[in-house]
Formats: sequence, C-alpha cells, structure tokens
Amino acid sequence: MAVPPETAQQLAQESGSSGKRKPVETRPQFVVRFAGDSGDGMQLAGMQFTTESALAGNDIATLPDFPAEIRAPAGTLAGVSGFQVNFSSQQVFTPGDEPMVLVAMNPAALKVNLEDLKPNGVLIIDKEGFTEANLKKAGYTSNPLTDHSLDKYQVFEVEVSKLTTSAVRELGLNTRAVSRCRNFFVLGLVSWLFQRPTKSVTDYIESRFKKTPELMEANLRAFKSGYNYGETAELFASAYEVKPAQIAPGFYRNITGNSATALGFVAAAVKSGRPLFLGSYPITPASDVLHELSGYKNFPVYTFQAEDEIAGVASAIGAAFGGAIGITTTSGPGMNLKAEAIGLAVKVELPLVITDIQRAGPSTGMPTKPEQADLLMAMYGRHGESPIPIIAAATPADCFDCAFEAVRVAVKYMTPVILLTDGHLANGAEPWLVPDPEQLPEIKVEFRTDPNGFMPYLRDEQTLSRPWAIPGTPGLEHRIGGLSSEHLTGNVSYSPSNNEMMVRLRARKIAGIAREIPPTEIFGDAQGGELLLVGWGSTYGTLREAVLNLRAKGKSVSHVHLRWLNPLPADFGDILRRYKKVMVAEMNMGQLLKMIRADYLIDAVGCNKIQGRPFKVSEVESRILRALEG
Amino acid sequence: MATALTRKDFVSDQEVRWCPGCGDYAILAQVQKVMPELGVPRENVVFISGIGCSSRFPYYMNTYGFHTIHGRAPAVATGLKLTRPELDVWVVTGDGDGLSIGGNHLIHALRRNIDLKILLFNNRIYGLTKGQYSPTSEVGKITKSTPAGSIDFPFNPITVALGAHASFVARSVDVEQKHLQDMLKRAHDHRGASFLEILQNCNIFNDGAFNDVSDKAIKAEHQLVLEHGKPLVFGKNRDKGIRMNGMRPEVVKLGNGVSEKDLVVHDETNLSLAFMLGHFEPPMPTPVGVFYASSRPTYDAAVNAQLADAKKTQGPGELRSLLRRGDTWSVK
Repeated sequence: MAVPPETAQQLAQESGSSGKRKPVETRPQFVVRFAGDSGDGMQLAGMQFTTESALAGNDIATLPDFPAEIRAPAGTLAGVSGFQVNFSSQQVFTPGDEPMVLVAMNPAALKVNLEDLKPNGVLIIDKEGFTEANLKKAGYTSNPLTDHSLDKYQVFEVEVSKLTTSAVRELGLNTRAVSRCRNFFVLGLVSWLFQRPTKSVTDYIESRFKKTPELMEANLRAFKSGYNYGETAELFASAYEVKPAQIAPGFYRNITGNSATALGFVAAAVKSGRPLFLGSYPITPASDVLHELSGYKNFPVYTFQAEDEIAGVASAIGAAFGGAIGITTTSGPGMNLKAEAIGLAVKVELPLVITDIQRAGPSTGMPTKPEQADLLMAMYGRHGESPIPIIAAATPADCFDCAFEAVRVAVKYMTPVILLTDGHLANGAEPWLVPDPEQLPEIKVEFRTDPNGFMPYLRDEQTLSRPWAIPGTPGLEHRIGGLSSEHLTGNVSYSPSNNEMMVRLRARKIAGIAREIPPTEIFGDAQGGELLLVGWGSTYGTLREAVLNLRAKGKSVSHVHLRWLNPLPADFGDILRRYKKVMVAEMNMGQLLKMIRADYLIDAVGCNKIQGRPFKVSEVESRILRALEG
Repeated sequence: MATALTRKDFVSDQEVRWCPGCGDYAILAQVQKVMPELGVPRENVVFISGIGCSSRFPYYMNTYGFHTIHGRAPAVATGLKLTRPELDVWVVTGDGDGLSIGGNHLIHALRRNIDLKILLFNNRIYGLTKGQYSPTSEVGKITKSTPAGSIDFPFNPITVALGAHASFVARSVDVEQKHLQDMLKRAHDHRGASFLEILQNCNIFNDGAFNDVSDKAIKAEHQLVLEHGKPLVFGKNRDKGIRMNGMRPEVVKLGNGVSEKDLVVHDETNLSLAFMLGHFEPPMPTPVGVFYASSRPTYDAAVNAQLADAKKTQGPGELRSLLRRGDTWSVK
C-alpha cells in the first residue's frame, strides 16, 4: 500500500515540492532497526512505525532491545536502545536476523548495532550526534563518518537536530523540548522511505499531546518535515514499497506478549464468571502485566502490589481459597522466592497460575534480555514431589491463548499451573487476529455447595481433582493446610502409606492433563525423516523459518514446537522415534533436551544459545546442517 | 444469620495435640467461647495460620481454616479478605512466625489496615523446633542455639505494631480468661487491622516467662490494666499509679499527697501515649489491654470501592470491546 494520496499530496504541498514524486521500488520485505540513546525515543519511533506497517497490510514482527538502566549516561554504549521491525508482503516468523536499514542517532548506537547490519545495508545517521565527545564516549578513536570504515554500507548523513529545530522554530520551544521531537523527524523520514500511511502517527501525536498543544504542534511539524525531507532532499534516489501480505481476513490488533498475557487472564476470568486477582511484585520484564491489569477494575480485576514476591503468590492463593481466579506474575528471581508457596498450592490443590516471564540469569543477570533457562526450575524447583503443569507461549499473540488455557486447566484440575513466556515475547509485538469471545472455550467453575457427603479430598473420578469448597458455604466448614493429609477427609495424617498414595494421586492427576493436549502438529515430514527440530517458547518463529528455508533446499528437516512441557503430549515419544536425529533448540544449556533424554531415552542433541538474544535463523540453519552432516 | 450457636459449634473433631499444660489450650478455649457471641455465621469465619505451635490453631476450630506456610499467613489472608470482604478473617501467628520469618507480611498488613484479626501468641521461644531463642527472647537467654546466651536484641510486638501504624493494638494473657475474651471481642469489633498480642506460656521450653503477669500471687503488682478514660492504677491494693515526671513516666505510690488526679489517664486514641506504654518493661509494670485504637480507612474497603467506582463510571467489563482496543485494523 502506498501513502494515501491525500496525505502524500498534502505533505507535498506543505513542503512546497515540485510535485514530481521520486520513483518507488517494490521489495518483498524489509528489516529496519531504530537505535539511539535511551532518551532518544527510539522505542516510540519503532512502535509507531510498526503500527504504520500493520496498517499498510504487511505481516510484521518486532524486537525491542533496551538497556536495564532507565537512563544510562547519555551517549554511552550502556545507554543504547533499539527497536527492530520486520515487515513483509509474505508471512513473517521473526523480527529478522539482520537489519537492512539501521537508524543510528549517535556513535554509541552505531557501534552497538553496526555488526548486525547487512552488507550494503542502508545506514541513516544523525550527523550532529557524532560530536567529538560522543565519539569518545562510544570508544571511537576516529570518526567512522570520515575514516571509510562505513564504505560497505549506503550511508545517509542527516542533520536531524538542525532540521528539527528549523521545523519548529516559530513555536519558541526550549532546546530540550526541540531535541525531544527528533525521533518524530526520523520517523517521518523513514515513513517516507517506505511510503507508510501516516495517519496513525498524526493521530497518536494528537492524542498523546492533547494537553500540551505546543508540543503537539512541534511533533507534528517534526514528523511532517522528516517525511518531506525524504521526498525533497537530494538524499534518497527512490522510496520503497512493501506490498500487503496475504493475511487471513478478520479484525487485527497489534499486541505485545505482556498485553496478550493480561488479556488472556481477563478473558479466562470472564469466561469462568469469577473475579480475577493478581498478586504481584514489580520485576522486569513482568511489571507491564500488573500495570495493564490494574486498569481493568470494572471486570472485576483485583490487582494487589504486594510487599514482596512471596506475598504476591501467597495473596493469590488466599484469593483462590475464596473462589477467585488467583494469578501471580514474575520473572526468574521472583520464581525462586515463590517456590515454597507454590508447593503449598500443589499440596492444598487450589487453582493458581504463576507466570514466569523469563529473563537472562542467574541472579540479576540481564533483566531486559530473554532466556529460557527457568524450565527445569518450573519442573522441579520445589521441595518434595510437587508436579505442576507447564505451558509455554510461542509468540506474543500466543500469550493470550496460553494464559487462557492455563486458567482453564488450573480450575478444571484444581492445581497451580506455570505459564512460561520470556522478555522477547513480553515486549515483542505482532498482529493478533482478535478472537470472538463467544468462540472461546467455556471455563466451568462449580463450587461445592452440598454438605451431604462432602469431603475436601474426595476426587473427581476422571480428572482426580478435589472439590472447590469456598468459605461462606454453610455446612462445608473444613480445614486445609500444608501438612500431609488423609485421603478423602483431608485431616492431618502421618500415615506412611497414605502419604505415598496422596503423592501418587497428585502425580497421576497432573499426568492426566495430557488428555487436554491435542495431537502434536508436525511441520514437515510427519511420517519421519532425517532430523526433527524440537523447540518451545519464543524460539518458534526462528525455528520455523530455519526449517522452512532448509526444506526449500530439499533437506529432510521437520519441526515440532511444544506448547505443554508438563505433561508432555501423549504422542510425543512416538513422534521422536520417527526421525534419525532429534535436535532440541533452546535459549539455555539444554533443559528440555535433558527432559527428553531422560523421559524417552533418545540420544537427542542440543542447539543452544545463552546470550540474552534470540537465535538467528542463520545460526539454527547452520547447526542443523552440521548435525545432518555429522 | 445462624442463631444460638454455642462454644461446641466451634470445636472441630480433631484431637488437640499441643503439649499438656500449653498456654494455647487456654487461648483456644476463650476463642471458642467468644465466637458464638460475635454474631457471625460460622461459615463466614476463616482462621489462617502460618507455621509453629500456635499455627495448628485452625485445625481445632470448626470454621473454615487454612494452615499455610511459615510467616505468610497475613499475605494469604490479604488475598482472601480483599476478594471476600464479607468474611471474618482471623490470622493466628506466633513470635517466630509473625516477627521473624513473616515480619515483612505482618508490618505491611498492619500498615495497609486490612480488616484482619491478627492474634500473635508470644511465648518468647521457638517451641515446635524444640527450643531455640525467638525474636522476642531476652538478651542473655540460654537456649539450644544460644549456649553462651542470646546476644540478639528482642522485638517488642506492641511497639512493632504501633510503628507499623496498626489501627488497633492490644495485649492480653493466656490465663486471663475474662480479659482475653474482652480483648478478642474488641479486636473483632474493630474495623481495620487488629493486632492482639497474647502472652502465652510454653511450659516445656520457656516455662514461667510471664509469671509476673500470670501468677495470681504476684500479678497485681506487675500488671497494669489499661482502661480508656481511667487513670493508670495498679497494685494488689490499687495503691500505685503512673505519673508523668516532665517527659518521663514514673511509678508513684498513692497517698501522702499523691492522688489519682496526678496520674496519667489512659486514652486509646493517643498514639504517643500508646508508644510510651508499649515501651514499659520491668521494673515498670506490664500493660495489658488496648494500647491504641483509632479509625482509618481499611485497604479492603478502599480496593472494593475502587472496583465499584470503576464499574459505575465505565460500566461492567465488556470483553469484546476490551480485546478490540489499541492499534487495530481489519483485513477483508
């Protein structure tokens, strides 16, 4: 889709251009990365560009990459913030390995990101950011703009500050306010370069700065002058167009993983007819779920910012005891703190969903970077025999379905469920085909009310779940607790045989959740072949694209992406045995690999990366090729 | 509302397993006795506990009960009370559970003023783990883990609670049946977080820790019963009182020109006075009764008011429109 004519004309008129448009070259796909100081507004520019691209009908995937420090010293390598968008006229699986266009607002942004830029890629540089002081802060001994080190790229130097200043001069803003419009100038320029529809951006500026008309005007002018600059300046010979992708009809929304997680929980609560209660303690990258849910009080959603991680989960258990949908959200370090309370939920058999939005560890690690190294903690990170179902989301939008499914299973089986996502999904965004609430599965909540024959641990014959009997129900007064309890009555019991029976009953209950898992989807050769690539979580797009590419080259490679990690699907062992080689790709040292080797006695091999960055498609492809040769 | 409930209705069928002679029996008896008088249907009463001798309490109450994990009872109770404000939620804890491992949850529940009734059984020892010093044990105490004497400066539960801005702070003694019943009723009737410290004898590991206030022969000389609006008088012959000497409280003997008019009059709403009395330790008499009671908004009511307000101003949550917010577009 090209720029809506009225916008293009209007912009052209305002810019006083001759009206002769530059040529537009059509390309199937582009990967653009915006990079600057964390105060430069690159996340905002990236997100706005994403919206424009979605509205242009492209399939998209994004990768924000920002520092843990809120404001690291300006101009330093630690302060660089980036946002990558992959937009295409074909189906998109990943944010893209390598940007084809890099916007660098200062030397530090260039230094951190240049190694990823494709050879001959487009480099748009804010020339004025390349001061001697900034070069020094970034560790450059000579200016890359003049020392020919950028010769293998198409470099476009733009005086962003000067141009932004002249665009807003009449408004009389101070230097700082003017500087904060630079991101919209750059966004305007890039919007022109890809012929994006601009209305979503101008709408955004108008609503964002509703209360400060002078800033609204300044940002609108900066944005428009950036757009016009692309059209008129003797800089780019042509603009690019990426045609709309073939996308299933329907109503779409651009959504991040954390938003989708929050909405999945709300939807599940609505479908169950119970209030949602989130007990949580702020932690990166999980806090956005708390923020988002705190705005949905009318559903009703209770959000409780607890005094610590333990109180977050403990309060959710208390709410579940009272009949609410109790959930807690955290990241790795918080999971450790919650472990004992999660064990209590296992023992008393109350529904609860624990969301671990994984980040790079151990300890504080790299809080804003993704990793998948909490799988074995989710599996085994409690004392005693305490099995818990684990579900992992594959894409930002999939977080909605997984959150919903986690609640459904928790309630049906009266058990805590762990939902694993990660920082990559949490902040990444993709178009989401918004479901019709009517089509979502029902979540049946039946509180026990009949005192006749009531026993707290009298289990359902099929699911083995115990009744949910909530305070306030006459005649069902009973006590639950962490002490070993007697089958049926739930009374405290130290009987050795009873203890073993209860441990085994709970294990059987969780294993039985396999009946909820649909047959495993195999991408590729369902009947078997040379190599099966197994993955879980946020690596989905990369793994799928790698397998797609290799299959296009005639390789016998297939892909299975697990959603449920505990229990594993009933058909999984049989599937694994159909392939000569099994490779397990994960952003850890081989945790699912260990489970597969232990459970199925299969000599699977790992494909691992622990850099706080997602796999690149090319990395996975070369690992597979090596395994095929070996 | 259920009518004509008796003490027996609150006795569960479980065998009570505290050590013979434990002060917890006396406390359990008074709680079971008071329950029918509170006018709350039994099904709306919930006892939540952590870990320790005191925390076995819920098993013996024929109400809803939840024996949770060490120190976390106030947090579990918080989640229940916020979502089910109509329930009567009691927290039973001890000096180790409430002031050591669970100190964080205790102070925050008090600070937020969540409408929980928190009973802290203070026996100044770890009983369940067989006799280590606790955060209320006195300096110098010889225990299994302090053979050379404890060097750990103790907490005073009353001043901890006051410091956390609890809106109701009181103290009673396990064997003081009538007084304990009164305090339980006061704690129950208070709207907001009620903190009741109950001095409790562990006859196995710390016998006689509170003899001065529980031994009938001598307690009158050591116990200062706080009564709102009344002068601070104590002693077997009610012949001693508390007088201010400048900024310092002192014990005075009545007579010889000193009358009740010279004494401090207790005022439950005076936080400074509460702090002063909270700090009374021997040789000053040990105050029992309500140190402080004041009314301020409860967290649970405020949370539910925000929810009701959101529903009123935005209408009940509508899933379809919620999912369709944000950056959206249609593909035909």
